[in-house]
Amino acid sequence: MSETPTWDYAPAPESSAIVNLKEEYGHFIGGESVPSADGATMETINPANEQVLTRFAKGGQEDVDRAVASARKAYDEVWSKISAADRGKYLYRIARLLQERSREFAILESMDGGKPIRESRDIDIPLAAHHFFYHAGWADKLPYAFPNQTVNPLGVAGQIIPWNFPLLMAAWKLAPALACGNTVVLKPAETTPLTALLLAELIQDAGLPPGVVNVVTGAGETGAALSSHAGVDKIAFTGSTEVGKLIQRTAKTRNLTLELGGKAANIVFEDAPLDQAVEGIINGIYFNQGHVCCAGSRLLVQESVADLLVEKLDHRIKSLRVGDPLDKNTDVGAINSREQLDRICELVESGKAEGSELHQSTEDLPEKGWFFAPSYFTGVAPSHRIAREEIFGPVLSIMTFRTPDEAVEKANNTMYGLSAGIWTDKGSRIFKLLGEMNAGVVWANTFNKFDPSSPFGGYKESGYGREGGKQGLAAYLEVK
Amino acid sequence: MPATTLSSLLTPGAQNRPIDKIGAEERASKFTKRSIKKEAKVQGIKLAISMTDLTTLEGKDSPGKVQQLCRKGITPDPQDPSVPSVAAICVYPRLVPVAVKALDGSGVHVASVATAFPSGQLDLEERLKEVRQAAEDGADEIDMVISRGAFLAGEYQLVFDEIAAIKEACGDAHLKVILETGELETYDNVCRASHIAMHAGADFIKTSTGKVSPAATMPVTLVMLEAIRDFHRETGKIIGMKPAGGIRTSKQALHYLVMVKETLGDRWLTPDLFRFGASSLLNDLLMQLRKQTTGVYQSPEDFSKD
Repeated sequence: MSETPTWDYAPAPESSAIVNLKEEYGHFIGGESVPSADGATMETINPANEQVLTRFAKGGQEDVDRAVASARKAYDEVWSKISAADRGKYLYRIARLLQERSREFAILESMDGGKPIRESRDIDIPLAAHHFFYHAGWADKLPYAFPNQTVNPLGVAGQIIPWNFPLLMAAWKLAPALACGNTVVLKPAETTPLTALLLAELIQDAGLPPGVVNVVTGAGETGAALSSHAGVDKIAFTGSTEVGKLIQRTAKTRNLTLELGGKAANIVFEDAPLDQAVEGIINGIYFNQGHVCCAGSRLLVQESVADLLVEKLDHRIKSLRVGDPLDKNTDVGAINSREQLDRICELVESGKAEGSELHQSTEDLPEKGWFFAPSYFTGVAPSHRIAREEIFGPVLSIMTFRTPDEAVEKANNTMYGLSAGIWTDKGSRIFKLLGEMNAGVVWANTFNKFDPSSPFGGYKESGYGREGGKQGLAAYLEVK
Repeated sequence: MPATTLSSLLTPGAQNRPIDKIGAEERASKFTKRSIKKEAKVQGIKLAISMTDLTTLEGKDSPGKVQQLCRKGITPDPQDPSVPSVAAICVYPRLVPVAVKALDGSGVHVASVATAFPSGQLDLEERLKEVRQAAEDGADEIDMVISRGAFLAGEYQLVFDEIAAIKEACGDAHLKVILETGELETYDNVCRASHIAMHAGADFIKTSTGKVSPAATMPVTLVMLEAIRDFHRETGKIIGMKPAGGIRTSKQALHYLVMVKETLGDRWLTPDLFRFGASSLLNDLLMQLRKQTTGVYQSPEDFSKD
């Protein structure tokens, strides 16, 4: 056979010219951009090149007080008075504006958080708009969601957003809160505040009454000030189990939804469509650099096909392109922060030390920025830390099983219970296992599929409450 | 006849996996999201030209038409000597001698559809006769059709035996086995037929005759590429792939190349192992290539319609 030169894709970077970053961003309180009471600011960094993107306000107790007061005033004077149909109109308007400006949001999301533009463009932003559209439709139909019951909004909702899907998680929380008639104080993550602040501008453009949505930026203390605030009627938090437990102890309201960590099992039976299962495994663990609470981070594969599956997986991860998040051909972008990269490295080292074998797609990573190659471990025992703790990075732990009962037992043998995947050609087995898996979301022959109409949430230490769907509405309503 | 090979195909194992339709189609659509620009585009388009089986399969085909097509295949763009020749000219068996003469010394292969193309509805003996004649007349490559009726009736052994017999009749000519995926309908069938064809001696597996809709699609080609990958892992043998019918634009062709690269690797990015069966694709490739090299959009009228 003749020697063929390799065919490499030329760089295809998305231009960031459309994004106009200000030198400094304030909080968004009462419809205005305001600095912190004490003037404190902090930096946000592009994780792909470690350069400072801009500065933003670091909120303290006083700023949170102001934001909560503003939300309370807007609730009492405006939002609880207008018709449900009008609430829906505002949400439709936000959804449409988000679609119109989707490119700008996608690029900013990738710059601030490190996720590949392919994902922010095709998943994060469209899905965020979809959540506003979906909940816009519910706004004036709430009685139909809860027949023969009376529903009232809760009041002021405090919402704390993680850094892995900054805009999408903001949309997940804002849309149902507003549709159900609540006003909001939103606190974005400290490493990824920018799309929430751009969303605040968009909300202003949409003409939403001042104070209905407020954004307070800052670090952990800012979030703590909000979650323990006596003036909020509801706390919705997505983030780590550790912080979730803290919020549970300090919150003054009993209306809590916590969407926390996960260590999902992706179970592949010997009769599974293997090539598609490989795609599902890839999408399950390397999507968004593995910064996904419902990531399929434990692969349980039936012994009879384990070697074949691992071989196919190994072949597939070599075609994953790691690098510049703004390049349209990048599959795996930058790790969100130095701190997270250190945590991933520490857990990977523990995996090696405990005797598992590490396999990586490449050693060729960009020199600048925080990157970690797509990786998987074989020879993992259920007792290893990499099989029990959430790595929150592109690292898969592979274990085997022999019978369906053993698969279920191993899958459920975790303190978490957010999601799970089942791969088999046998429909009856899917339905049987659905009932046996202790996980809030179970995917069959697919993974990491999201839809606003589908409730999302966990068992055990993955938290409680559901977001999305009819069930998600209940979390923002007093149902009588 | 190595019938034991066939029975091993029908037991559960790597070769006989179910295909999940939604998953396969989702994966195939991902290749279309790759952005191929600049040098990569120029290189990709030239590669696609060199992989084209320029085809005419009409009742009204004449020696004059075939000669014209052969000249086009040898020198697709007379204004640009850097443009490679196509891989082969694909014609009906009666026109093989015309193509052989017209392509003499050019390096462009002569491919001939045979075996009662496109239906395959003739006695095996008649089909074998046609194959032998085409090979004798100088066809380098034979594109056969499988007996879809037999396949759908579950007569896998018969399908296998026929392919093996035709392979033998080909002599030195390379054998491309057309599955006519549009008639097999399910990806499970496509996967099984691919393995039967490869085990029976195919050098290439090919999606379609171009006479049945749907012809080649990205997901069907993906399922076949994955079968080729599995077959290679199991046997060490390297089989080629030819999607045919329905590929008309450079953009589509580049998506297919992306799919080959990411499924099988760069090793398969050669006319020896990947072909496009197409008639109108070539002019679009030429048009986009000249746009890329000159920076000016071209009109379809700037290229000869052969």
